[in-house]
Parts: sequence; C-alpha cells; structure tokens
Amino acid sequence: MVTNYQLKRVDFIFRNENDYEDVLSKTIARKPQELINELISSELKGRGGAGFPTGLKWKLSSESKADEKYVICNADEGEPGTFKDREILSKVPFKVLTAMAVCGHVIGAKRGFIYLRGEYKYLKPELEKAISEFAYYCKEIKFDFSIHIFMGSGAYICGEETALFESMEGKRGEPRNKPPYPTNSGYMNKPTVINNVETLAHTFTIFKYGAKRFYDLGVQYSRGSKLFSVSGDTPKPGIYELELGMSLADFVDEFGDGDTKAVQVGGASGFLVPRKKFDVTAIGYQGKLTGISLPTGGSMMLFNSSRSMYNVLDNYLEFFREESCGQCTPCRVGCQQLIKGIKAVKRGEKNAKYLDKLLRLTETMQLTAKCGLGQSVANSFSSIVENFREEMIY
Amino acid sequence: MTDMANKIKLSINGYPIEVNEGTTMLEAANEAGIIVPTLCHHKDLCVAGNCRVCVVEVSGQKRLSAACATPCEEGMEILTNSLKVRNSRKHIIELLLSEHNADCTKCYKNGNCELQKLASEYKIMTQDFIELAPLRKYSIDMYSPSIIKDDSKCIRCQRCVRTCAELQGVNALTVAHKGSEMKITTFFEKSMNAVVCTNCGQCVNHCPTGALVEKNYIEEVWEAIADPTKHVVVQTAPAVRVGLGEELGFEVGTRVTGKMVAALKRLGFDSVLDTDFTADLTIMEEGTELLTRLKKVLVDKDKSVQIPMATSCSPGWIKYIEHMYPEYLDNLSTCKSPQQMFGALVKTYYAKARNLDPERIVSVSVMPCTAKKFEANRPEMHDSGYRDVDYVLTTRELAIMIKQAGINFMKLEDANFDRIMGESTGAAVIFGATGGVMEAALRTAYELVTGREVPFENLNITPVRGMDGVREASVVIDHPLKAWAFLDGVELKCAVAHGLVNAKKVMDAIKKGEANYHFIEFMACPGGCLGGGGQPIPTNPEIRQKRAQAIYAEDAGMPIRKSHENPEVIKIYKDYLGEPLGEKSHHLLHTKYIPRNRY
Repeated sequence: MVTNYQLKRVDFIFRNENDYEDVLSKTIARKPQELINELISSELKGRGGAGFPTGLKWKLSSESKADEKYVICNADEGEPGTFKDREILSKVPFKVLTAMAVCGHVIGAKRGFIYLRGEYKYLKPELEKAISEFAYYCKEIKFDFSIHIFMGSGAYICGEETALFESMEGKRGEPRNKPPYPTNSGYMNKPTVINNVETLAHTFTIFKYGAKRFYDLGVQYSRGSKLFSVSGDTPKPGIYELELGMSLADFVDEFGDGDTKAVQVGGASGFLVPRKKFDVTAIGYQGKLTGISLPTGGSMMLFNSSRSMYNVLDNYLEFFREESCGQCTPCRVGCQQLIKGIKAVKRGEKNAKYLDKLLRLTETMQLTAKCGLGQSVANSFSSIVENFREEMIY
Repeated sequence: MTDMANKIKLSINGYPIEVNEGTTMLEAANEAGIIVPTLCHHKDLCVAGNCRVCVVEVSGQKRLSAACATPCEEGMEILTNSLKVRNSRKHIIELLLSEHNADCTKCYKNGNCELQKLASEYKIMTQDFIELAPLRKYSIDMYSPSIIKDDSKCIRCQRCVRTCAELQGVNALTVAHKGSEMKITTFFEKSMNAVVCTNCGQCVNHCPTGALVEKNYIEEVWEAIADPTKHVVVQTAPAVRVGLGEELGFEVGTRVTGKMVAALKRLGFDSVLDTDFTADLTIMEEGTELLTRLKKVLVDKDKSVQIPMATSCSPGWIKYIEHMYPEYLDNLSTCKSPQQMFGALVKTYYAKARNLDPERIVSVSVMPCTAKKFEANRPEMHDSGYRDVDYVLTTRELAIMIKQAGINFMKLEDANFDRIMGESTGAAVIFGATGGVMEAALRTAYELVTGREVPFENLNITPVRGMDGVREASVVIDHPLKAWAFLDGVELKCAVAHGLVNAKKVMDAIKKGEANYHFIEFMACPGGCLGGGGQPIPTNPEIRQKRAQAIYAEDAGMPIRKSHENPEVIKIYKDYLGEPLGEKSHHLLHTKYIPRNRY
C-alpha cells in the first residue's frame, strides 16, 4: 500500500502577496549560481506534466554560451481538463513575471515571452497591464529585462516546447527533432528556458521562502505542492493546491461523488486509473514510491459508473486525431487507426483480438513518435483498453 | 577540416566504429556498411525526421531514435535490426501503406517507388490495419501541363515541400491542416497550374512515391509514330545523353549518346535530330544579342536597353522571373530556348529543306525537364505557324518507351544523328551542365570580338564550372577587332546561378544594386539540366557530379568545340536565316515574356 499521507491542502500559489518588487530586487541581488543551487535543492520539477527538474534546466541554459538567450513562459494550456494556468495568470501574474525576470538574471537573458493560448485572449489586456507595470519597476531598479506576449492560435501541439518555438518563429507548429534541446537551441536557435506557468509561480515561492519550505512538502522524488484541475463527476470541481504524493484513494474520498469508477490522471495524454487501483496509485513523479506513481500536469477527471469508458476513449482519440500535427507517421496514421479500430471492434467488424493489435500499435507509437503527443497516446489507450476491455467490445 | 573534428567511438550492431562528432546515426551506419531504410530523408535536403522508418535502438534507451536526425554520442551501442526495431519499423510501413493508395499495378511509379520497395523488403503481405485511403476523397490535380499531383499516394514525407523551399525558394507546395487532415497542397489549394509553380519538376524528382509525377505523353507519341501520314521528328537535349543510361542498366555518369540515337531510330522516329544544333544557334543569337546590348549601353548610352543580360534557356527560370521579378523581364535575353528554336525551325527550315508539309510534321523533344512541357504549351510558341513542339518527353519517359519497345539498350550499336539539324559542337553539349551556356557563349563571343580563342587552356573556362550555387568569372577584352573597339579593356563580368534559391540571391543583389554583372546564366535546377526534374530518379549531389563529368568529357571529345564553327549553323545563316538577330531570326528564334502574379 502506498502511503499514509493524507490529502493536504496548501496555499502558496494563490496567496496574495503584494511584494513582488521586494522579492525581485532581493533575488536578483543574489548570484545566479546561488539561485540555481537553491532551485536544485528544492527539487522542483516541471509542472506542465513532463516533470523535468527545473533547477537543472536553468543550470544547463546558464552554461550555454550565446549572444542572446530567452525565457519563455508556456501558457498554451491545452491539455483537456487543465485550467489552472489561466487562473494563475489572472490572479497572481506578478509572481510569474518576477520568476521570468529572475530566470533572465540567472541564465543571462534580456527578453522573455509569454506564449498565451489562443483561447485565453481575454486575459491579454489585464496581463499587458501587469507587464507594463512590471516593466516600469524593472526600469526603476535598472534591471534590463522585457516581457512580451505571443498569442497562440489554438493548436494543442504548440504547447509542445519545440513546436511552440516554431510557432513563435512564424512557422508551422511542428515539433523539432531532439537533440538539440531548448537549453542549447530553442527559440531562434538560442538557449531558451521554457517553463510552465505554474512552475514559474513555484519558483517565486522558493525564492521568497527558501527551498526548504517547498522541499518539506510532498514525498521523496515528488517535492512541493501542485495545482490540480478537478473536473468530471465531482460535487466540487475547481482548482486545488495539494501536496504531492497523495494516494488516489484519498483524492477520490475527498473529491469523488461516492460512485467514482475511474480517474483520468493527467488529461487525455495521461492514464486512466480504475477503482481497483486507487489504493495503489500515488500522484507524483516516477520514483520509488511503492505501487504506481503517476505524473500529471494537474488534470484530474473523475468518472462515475454512468460513464462509458468506450466513449471516453473515443473522445480522447478524436482529440488526438485532430490535434496531431500530422508530420510523423506513427502519430498521424496511428491515431486514425486507433479510432477507426475501436469503432470497428465495437461494431463487430473486427474481433476482440484486434484490440491487442492496437495495443501493440500504441507501443510502436510510444517508441517511435517524434514528440510527446504521439508518444503519450498509448497512455490513455492502454490504460482504458486494458482495464475496461469489456466496455470496448460490448 | 574533417581531420580536425573530434572523433567519437561507438558500436553499431556490435561492430565498433569511429566517427566525427556530429555524425548522425544514419551516416555512421552507412559508413559501417549497414543500410538503414529511409523515406523522408534525401541527400539534397535538410533533415526532417518525420517518416520514422529509420528508427534504431540505442541500448539503455527506452525509446527508439530516428537515425537520420539523431547525432551519435560517445559509447553508444546502436542496434539497427533488433526485434524492437523490426517490429516498430514494420508497423510504420504498415501504417504508411494503410494511408496510401497502394494500387501499385496501376501506378506510374510502379517499380521505382521507395515505399513499394520497403514494403517488398519487409514482406508486408497482409493489411491488418484498416485501409484509410479509400475512405477519403482525394483529388488528382491534372491541370498542369507538366506535373500530376495525386494526394492519395502521398505519404506526407514533405520531401517535395523541402525541395520547393530549400532548393528552389518557390514554396509552391506547402503543408496545410493538421492531424489526419494534414496534407501537402498549394496556395488556397488551387491547382498546380494556377499557382506560382515553375514546373521545374524537382518535386517530382524528389518524391519517393507516385504522388508527384510528370504528365506523360508516351501514348500520344506512340500514336504519332504509328501514323503513316505523319513525319515524326525527335530532338534530344544535351543532358539526356548523360542520364538516360541510368534508367537502362548503365552506371551513373555513362555517356550513351550513340545508343540513345540508335534506340530512337528503332522506336520509329522518322528523323533523330539534336537540340545541340539549336544550342549552338542559341549561342550565335544570344552572343550577338549580348554584344549588341553592350554596344547600346556603353557607346550609344541607350537607357532603354538593360544589362545584365540573363540567359533564357531554362523555362523554369523564365516562369520564376515572370512571377517573382517581372520588373526585370527586359533583362532577359529574347532568345527562345534551344528546344523552341528547334521546334520553330523544324516546321519551317527543315520542312522546306526536306520538302515536307509542316502540317504533317510531329515535333517531339526529349528533355531532362518537366518545365519544357509547359514551355512547349505556351501560346506564343507557334511562330512556325503551327505548334512548334508538339510533345515533350522527359528522360524517364524515353526510357519507358525504350523498355516498352523491347530494345536491349545495352547491346545497341552506336548510331549518328540524322541531318539536317543534327550536327553540334562541344559548346552545345555543355548546355546540360550549370555554367555551360556561359562557357559556350564566352568561347564564341570572345572570338567574335577579338578574333582569338578565349584565353583558357583547351577552351575550358574552369571558373564557371563546378557546383557552387553562385559562381562569378570575368574576362578582360584585350585588343578587340576594329568593329568592337569600344570593348577594349572592358572587363566582362559574368555570373552563373543554378537552383532557383541561388537565382533569387543573384536577383536580390541586382535589385539592391550590389551586382554589376554584364551577363548571367540562370538555370532553374541544381546542377543545371543534368539535374533536371525530368532526369532519372534518384538524383543527388554525387549523381549530379558524375553526370557533369560525363558532360565535360563529351565536350572534350568533340571535334568542334565552338558554336560558331558548327558547319550546319554556318549553313543555316547562309541559306535561310541571313544573320544573327536578322529579321527571320527575330521572327522564329526570339520571343517575349509575360509578367505574372506573385501569388
């Protein structure tokens, strides 16, 4: 059994702190190396879902030599069931702006961009106001860092960091080959730190209160707190900041409607956990937690027994079929085969064994797709088909 | 350079290998003698890494890597044929086939399709996946006189897109939509003949499947040959003789001029003639035009005359400048291309000399080019009173006809071109290589002006040869003949550009006033005609190099190597045309250009 951790609510991100000027000037007075060490010791991992150690990312970029570097805040929040970043940007934008500026100080960048999801256009006026106020303060303390908004145009794939760079460069939003990684060659082929909105907000907390306050939350390999976007069959949908490492059983106790059949952790590209595995599943990054540990960008979708898992899967696959950029074979054609395949099985045009062929196909997609989108289709597909096979057939 | 690069050690399939830092896994495998299959990869183009056929396993890594796009690292153990790799690769080929209109027996590219070859290698015998191609409405764009685009056969490797952007800078083809709807298309999905497309056919030459092919006129030509009332004349471009062999079993770079002529005769053409003849004629006209322009600019100070003068042999380049730099159309030589000069003369001069009714003549050309199909179709190309060139075949189409006719090409005895309009010089044959028109023109123009041969050893003007995208050369005119005294001491500045992306560089320099050339040779295709869109597939940098060597060898072996010494050229001016730029020349051999839209 996983854990004795109870569900612990935390209040860091949205805590109203009107002291960004103070935090900024104090932090940029410190040496970059010191700040990197602080971040590394906090063990903060990327909150967009992939969980790359943030301190290491900043360190690698700071070590890259280039005439220009960039800081990009990834606000292309497109994962189905995730809606936390827009809340951060509208409630506590200064935390994000401050964190970007600190990052600029650490890696040696003079310019930062917020890549704002197309559908979040309504946030733009307020955000611009904040940016100009922030710019005014930077000027006052003679700190050379400017922040600009770049509007996305509604493609899910542009949340993938290298597709995002392509999009910003005016090209078609298609992921690049990796390596090189953004820390060496990102936007305009210059070293770039690209962080999720929430990740940046957490660095504000860390720089203000010290790494220890953050590190003390959570469990080994999954330190700190995280925002969760809770939706689906729940009496209290919304955004909650919770400590990492909780068991899914505790989560469902708190948020379920008493009839929770399964929880989709991490949105369409995440995993579906059926009721029988709630006890053995912890929410955190892959590590040595006993049982299964699932990373998440924060999307938690609860399904009760009235839901057909076939429909859920069909919906996810339809999403991927449309949102794949289409450049690489496994993702473009694979998604079409998966959706046509489960339909054919449902209609009886293919026998149940065809599901196994499709499962093997998702393995190939995971192994060979160019970017995280194609690679992660396997997650929801295999976890739904394996756990709810009968719903796929009958 | 390469010696200085850091070496890294790794192993491929258990065999140790040392490579330069930055070497991709694909290159390393090739160095180790291991073939990794590819589809989206092409040596002419930047790496895409999107077909994923080339995936390989790196020990210790969970995911597979695209060999074409991933650099080697010290100590890597790469496996190119593990079970994991094989299963994945097979899956990917199956996926591509499921989306592909795999009706191979009815496909023009049957037998020369990279996807078909892969499917055959991996023995994809059953189609387990659901066939997606029949479920979609695909359009076949047949409106262009040069290129047919069949989306049902497209595997979205984007080679054509990269070709059109990187080699040609035209961007006629691009990617639209996403996900399952993603496709390769044109501006507003219009047909290929309605957009800024130069018809160069480089996309056709780079397409791994049958999605982009030339519009073929094979049946039309067979019908004409079979029609006893028709006199069917064929002309062959210089670059065809160094490419055709590749389609018919010879090594790359083999010259097959004599065998090609013999095969054309066996196919049943009534007369097998040589575009090289009109290439020599082009030099006479174009060289004279250049000198006349120089006189008007330097002596008469005629503001209406434009220099630099640009060559006009390449119809891809012509359409490009008409679209992209219409304000510079007056800089183009008014000379028709050798193909069209030939066409106009066949139905006039040739018809008269052979006492034939021009209406009965069917004029066929064999070209390394798909843009020539468009050129022959231009409404102004009717100066003989008829359509000057009736059908244009590519090198590939000729090879198909030779195979259809059951001719054992390798065993053919060499034959000679027929007369008249079959005689040519070394200056004409080098038209097939980038820099060739420039070299031929200089050989003649210098001699016309000074009475002496160009001051280069063996007439080989090496500065204009080679494969650099833009090359410059200059010749100082020393002690000219009296009539050309105004050119004394003038440094004639020339440039050569091939591949439209390089043409763009030169044109932009001119536009900015940064270039002060007198004469520029432009060729639409990389390497010139020998790398044309109608040449055998594959064409890549090494192949172009070998074809170029063959071209220059052909030139070196010719008894006459200067256009103005071609006896048939001398004769046609004496008997028919009068003089270069004369009235008859003006009517038959020169043309005008049309400004076109940029979108």
